[in-house]
Amino acid sequence: MASSNVNVSALARAAVPEHSTPFANERVLWTDAMPGGAHWSGVLRRGNTLRLTDAEGRANVSALFYNHEDRSERYNMPDTLKAQHTAHLTTGCVCYSDMGRILCSISSDTCGWHDPLCGPLDAGAMEAKYGEARYQTHRNEMHRSGHDGLLIELAKWGLTRRDMAAPVNFFSKAVADEHGRLRFATGHRAAGQHVDLRFEMNVLVVLSAAPHPLDPIAIYAPGPVKLTAWRSGTAGADDVCRTRCDENARGFVNTERYFL
Amino acid sequence: MTSLLKTSDLNPSRAVVDAVVPAGEPWLHRLGRGQVLRIVDLEGNQAVDTVFFNADDPDEHYSLTHTIQAQGALYLGVGSRLMSSDARPMLTVVADTCGRHDTLGGACSCESNTVRYGLDKRPMHSCRDSFMAAIMADGSPLQKRHVASNINFFMNVPVTPEGGLTFADGISAPGKYVELRAEMDVLVLISNCPQLNNPCNAYNPTPVRCLVWDDA
Repeated sequence: MASSNVNVSALARAAVPEHSTPFANERVLWTDAMPGGAHWSGVLRRGNTLRLTDAEGRANVSALFYNHEDRSERYNMPDTLKAQHTAHLTTGCVCYSDMGRILCSISSDTCGWHDPLCGPLDAGAMEAKYGEARYQTHRNEMHRSGHDGLLIELAKWGLTRRDMAAPVNFFSKAVADEHGRLRFATGHRAAGQHVDLRFEMNVLVVLSAAPHPLDPIAIYAPGPVKLTAWRSGTAGADDVCRTRCDENARGFVNTERYFL
Repeated sequence: MTSLLKTSDLNPSRAVVDAVVPAGEPWLHRLGRGQVLRIVDLEGNQAVDTVFFNADDPDEHYSLTHTIQAQGALYLGVGSRLMSSDARPMLTVVADTCGRHDTLGGACSCESNTVRYGLDKRPMHSCRDSFMAAIMADGSPLQKRHVASNINFFMNVPVTPEGGLTFADGISAPGKYVELRAEMDVLVLISNCPQLNNPCNAYNPTPVRCLVWDDA
């Protein structure tokens, strides 16, 4: 009996383009803007890419991903890190679901390090750090926490706090020393940096642009983020994410089988 | 590097629960506030995948990100407070003879095994299957969506300053234990890890012992 392998399964896969498609202005589908602290959610379809741009060089974007067709399947930080033997995300990395499939892949990244470890800031920690700034006095300049922002967006899709997982913090870098103590890398970000999230499945994307929990900045001043959705197609046969490691090659097989 | 070690004076003969959990099996137990749970790595280098839930509201679960933020560090040891998704302390590590426990490695699953080791590895037993078996039991309030990222007691998953992740040889040994005091009523969900594809169990999954004491 033939053992399962990539060659045997090559015929039984959703169509894989020969090459991946690079960004071009004429491929843009829509754009949107998130002021610092804001939250957002929406569905990105398989074959579309969401470009996150750090407009002013001080953004943090906490992101969660769910299979839009079955939202019990969600982004899984440990599986993502273990499969790729990394504790930070950048070009070539993919975001795995708990079902061994690739929700999205990082096809392009000019920032170089995105934090998958530290999670969002919650309301209590935010008030302890930055003081109180409620809507009554601050209108839309009020302080908003990443934890609450993600929960608010989850609720709009019928999800609850039980569905909360550890998000990716795009544009933020936290470095661990030999004891595992974490330090936020200030100066890591720069205005105009972007990261492309290419969706390999139909994915509910939940975002918050609230501050990173370890950012030592003394005032509440999260930066704005530009969203650009563009028609990329899925990962090509020679794609940098697919070829990064054998694990990702198998992850793409699992994902492509799902769409047959 | 390891953190401070601290032994316990609790006497096993006075434990109200004393159970051996064989490799590859789950253990679901309700722990009352103030009770102390000891997990003993009987033969060494075993990974004990563990999640905690608020016993009265399982939507509130152990949160690795809250725990990491609360202590500003990745690994668990004496004094670590295990925080919930509602930013409340669930348990405190009150004794530890191992020195380091992992927060990042998560649980193995059939599905992630296909990615990590080969598409033909799906039939191999996994922690996630043990979790699913336990939460399907009569009376369990838990569903798949509740099962958050877990702790791996006795497992060593160092993160390098360059952002790498490695599964290092275990630093545990036969008889090492960790002890946790419940700060609220919690459900303890354990999978005694059956992984055979990496060194987290030294390629030889072995039993662990769970003991519980009333207010110590």
